[in-house]
Amino acid sequence: MKTNIIASIISLALFGTLAHALIELPTNTSRLTSLVTANLDESGVSNPVTAVLLNFRSYDTLLEMGVLLLALIGAWAVGPRQTLPGHSDDTAMLIVLRLFVPPIILGAAYFLWVGAKEPGGAFQAGAILAGALVLLLITGRATWFHRDGWHRFFLSIGMLVFLSLAAAPMAMGSSLLDYPRSQAKHWILIIETAAMLSIAFTLVALLVGGRPHCKEIAD
Amino acid sequence: MELSKVYMLAAAALVAIGLFAILRTNHVVRQLLGINLLGNGIFLLLIAIAQAPADAPEEGLDPVPQAMVLTGIVVAVCATGFALTLIERYRAVSGCLTVKEGADAD
Repeated sequence: MKTNIIASIISLALFGTLAHALIELPTNTSRLTSLVTANLDESGVSNPVTAVLLNFRSYDTLLEMGVLLLALIGAWAVGPRQTLPGHSDDTAMLIVLRLFVPPIILGAAYFLWVGAKEPGGAFQAGAILAGALVLLLITGRATWFHRDGWHRFFLSIGMLVFLSLAAAPMAMGSSLLDYPRSQAKHWILIIETAAMLSIAFTLVALLVGGRPHCKEIAD
Repeated sequence: MELSKVYMLAAAALVAIGLFAILRTNHVVRQLLGINLLGNGIFLLLIAIAQAPADAPEEGLDPVPQAMVLTGIVVAVCATGFALTLIERYRAVSGCLTVKEGADAD
């Protein structure tokens, strides 16, 4: 009971302080909107959010890919993987697979492409693709997911491609992440495709949890 | 009241509820849910800040906070996944899901 009262008092006090501060908060004065709009033509995409994510502030996104990989390495360090469901011959499940997996993959590709001009992009597409992978995994249809080489290739391709494309402008005498302006569109698309694959595989690997068994590596 | 202020109040409420959940329980999964709720409050706050000011609606949404939320969501999901792996390991080792010493197995 004592914990209840103390927790209530602290939480209510926090709510009061936050509510007071936020009501008094002046409207967003920094207005980076105009800055983004003014430079949108140079970014290679027409969706301002994608432009911020993969051009103006792509350093954030690069580090974020690193966080994804680190979280997975952390999860693998904690312990071995649980046993996954085996090959399922359940009719309902097979119908679901046939009906849903192809449109989900198509949907992921669509969201990846449309991210250049409308809401969408690597993260949304990656999350959708992860859905298809989970469906395949729980019916035992994705045994290749456990094969170590492919597994690690897909998990790291996002970070590898992003890092190489981030460093490439330095070789051309420019600075880190300063893509050539005329080709920015293609660079962003390549990074997003690799990022989508890595995001999807990392999410599924985190869902499975734990590192792959040694026996699976030998297979 | 401006709509963005309503969002901000909701964000403050989410943060407070999240904190309450963290303080109130010693069950690690509930604490993790509390942390997620708290984080979602902050995401909602960023979305509210991205709204155009009422006196200049032609400026449109600010894409920078929106991009930050998108990055934040992915990081939060990864941190949650890692935390769940740790919790699973903790349960396997200690046989319980509470942090109190000598608590009954859950």
